[in-house]
Amino acid sequence: MDNDVILEMRGIRKAFPGVQALDDVNIVVEKGQVHCLVGENGAGKSTLIKILAGAYQKDEGIIRINGREVDSLTPHSAQELGVSVIYQELELIPYLSVAENIMLGQAPSALPGGFISWNKMYRAAKEILDDLGVDIDPRATVKDLGVALQQMTEIAKALSRNADIIVMDEPTSALTDQEIPQLFEAIRRLKAQNKSVIYISHRLEELYEIGDVATVLRDGTYVGTVPVSELSMDKLITMMVGRELKEKFPKDEVTIGEEVLRVENLNRDGVLQDISFNLRKGEILGISGLVGSGRTELARAIFGADPITSGSIYLEGKKVRINSPIDAIKHGIGFLTEDRKGQGLILIQSVQNNITLAFLRNFSPNTFIQRQGETEAASQLVSSLGIKTPSLRQQVQYLSGGNQQKVVVAKWLCGNSKILIFDEPTRGIDVGAKVEVYQLMNELVRQGAAIIMISSELPEILGMSDRILVMRDGQIAGEFGRAEATQEKLLERAISHKNREES
Amino acid sequence: MESAGMIEKSKGNLLSGIGSQLAALIGLIAICIVLTILSPHFLTLSNFFNISRQAAVITIIAIGETFVILTGGIDLSVGSLVTLTSCAMALVMINTNNIVLGVLVGLAVGIGVGFINGFLVAKADLPPFIVTLGMLGIAQGVALVITFGRSMFGLPGTFKWIGQGSLFGIPAPLILVIILFVIFHILLTYNRLGRYILAVGGNEQATRLSGVNVDLMKISAYVISGFMGAIGGIVLSARINSAHPAAGKGYELDAIAAAVIGGTSLMGGEGTIVGTLIGAFMMAVIRNGLNLLNVNSFWQQIVIGVVIIVAVWMDRMRKR
Repeated sequence: MDNDVILEMRGIRKAFPGVQALDDVNIVVEKGQVHCLVGENGAGKSTLIKILAGAYQKDEGIIRINGREVDSLTPHSAQELGVSVIYQELELIPYLSVAENIMLGQAPSALPGGFISWNKMYRAAKEILDDLGVDIDPRATVKDLGVALQQMTEIAKALSRNADIIVMDEPTSALTDQEIPQLFEAIRRLKAQNKSVIYISHRLEELYEIGDVATVLRDGTYVGTVPVSELSMDKLITMMVGRELKEKFPKDEVTIGEEVLRVENLNRDGVLQDISFNLRKGEILGISGLVGSGRTELARAIFGADPITSGSIYLEGKKVRINSPIDAIKHGIGFLTEDRKGQGLILIQSVQNNITLAFLRNFSPNTFIQRQGETEAASQLVSSLGIKTPSLRQQVQYLSGGNQQKVVVAKWLCGNSKILIFDEPTRGIDVGAKVEVYQLMNELVRQGAAIIMISSELPEILGMSDRILVMRDGQIAGEFGRAEATQEKLLERAISHKNREES
Repeated sequence: MESAGMIEKSKGNLLSGIGSQLAALIGLIAICIVLTILSPHFLTLSNFFNISRQAAVITIIAIGETFVILTGGIDLSVGSLVTLTSCAMALVMINTNNIVLGVLVGLAVGIGVGFINGFLVAKADLPPFIVTLGMLGIAQGVALVITFGRSMFGLPGTFKWIGQGSLFGIPAPLILVIILFVIFHILLTYNRLGRYILAVGGNEQATRLSGVNVDLMKISAYVISGFMGAIGGIVLSARINSAHPAAGKGYELDAIAAAVIGGTSLMGGEGTIVGTLIGAFMMAVIRNGLNLLNVNSFWQQIVIGVVIIVAVWMDRMRKR
């Protein structure tokens, strides 16, 4: 084996209930290399990193660090072996100083008995920070630092533990354009010290600036590893998304009718900017864009879950005021949240109670619930949607992801919602169940509903939408008809090239 | 692998669906059997009526407390509220000799305090623990202020029937407990309000996004608790035929314990009024039994404490 190889992960497999998250994935990282790990949302990047960090255990595969095979990693042993991961959510202790954070758990002691030698600690921290080329006072309290400097502190912390492999998960996502060069400078210094960096970012242009090689993952499989210098943006995007669409998306032709929803100049300070679009009867409108581009926020604003600063909403041509989900539901809008367990379902309650929750009034004319009518409605939906549950009284938490999603759909069908907003409708459910959800959407639009489908999965957007909006930075960055849309076009609109040119 | 785990889990769940209350009921019956063996005086009708008189006030306020806990909240003020309503009512009755007016004032105080609690929790978004801890002090303080810290005697003679009288040989407090139990059991199980309250405690976010007026549900729960606190205060005064500015001290903890022993989850969303009834009676039975066995009252506290911990621990083990 090449002596320059510091990390080798081969044939890695990992399955979660209903999903094969990683299927035969390889990554080989050399010393002093900035190795980019790219792929769409859900391609398996995070899972791979979590296996490396010891947070998940691989099902199969080989991991070698510094030529030595390691069978199972724990968070502790990974660190001992020189792996350090800097997550998007920084893991610093806000009320301690920079030095205390850097030296956490390894503070130099002055006297026996655990007394800390503060001078030594500040000096040691300062040295590491100097090596990184950043000017931070080790005595400063972490919470008073900006995100960029907190990130530097985190990198310094990794270095203090003699990390040889530093993983950075979307490190620029929270940085301003002015702060990014500082990060890149630090990465170059790490390289000069012969440290390896695994770099994950959605901003593909960054790869060209900082990366040496790129490993591309798609749907949990390994696509390839290519030197960045030989990789054009087009080729990279093709590698990321290039997959054939077979019968995975059984889209039906449905006659599209008159306008049911129109949004005009919708604004929410700092979140949504000047959003206008319409939605027609029988239509599936896809909303694409990266995580954090404002898609969910748009859905919440339309549904009245978040306040809007300005803008108007028209339903069937009539202007309406939607100040709360109560108003939205009265107007026939249903919202299937992306976070099914956190916001969609009451896990400890029964299938029936979850299905009828939003329209319980229909079954309780004088406030007392008519059990028979309720049970009939629920069991009808359970059978028409094919929800697999031992009984209507089964707690939802014990159903599979796909069946849970169907319960959420059933909740909105229970009251004949006319406009349904699906936020990541197939997240975390297996392929078979996905197709069932798509067929359900077909059925809904055929019956005259209109659907807004938010999704990070481009094939799903392309496969199921009649029309597609792309969001970026809280704005609509593009609109495509079904015929003209391609993965490349959508991704290009979703990824901000503009920012860099402007700065 | 996963599906096997799921089936196993769902089996466990099938048992626990009725399990929490059933387990508490079995516990209660077991304790009764032991006490029947140990004391010849335990299993008699008069002793049962005795127990029900002792359990009445705690059962009533525990039912109200259960509604609050089901929303994911807690009402620490209900013991003080028993004191306050009892004193306010006594003050009115002694000065006007009007029982109905006194009772109405007591109920108004309870509902008012409950509303303030609920409003602060739901609209001002303050933690229930803090709001009701503050209210515990306030209600206690007001009770001391209006009574000048003294006990009050001389309530109208007929009033004490509520606490001491009986109908067809059945103690009036027991009849009241049964009526309230039926009403609130139906409210929780068959009414929209109950379903919504369980939903709020089960997942507040999801409930809000399902178009339920979550704030109103929370306020309703605290108002119910306040109302039941007031009824508890009325029954207590009638039973002791007087009002004391410390009468309800610590009752909130017994109420919470009753709910918890009966299988109500402090996380909210899970629990029944049947369970709370069983929990309240279990504590009363243990106190009564230890009295019959001449165990001194200091020890009773220890036993009750152990029972609370063991009950919840067993519930956890069963659900695992």
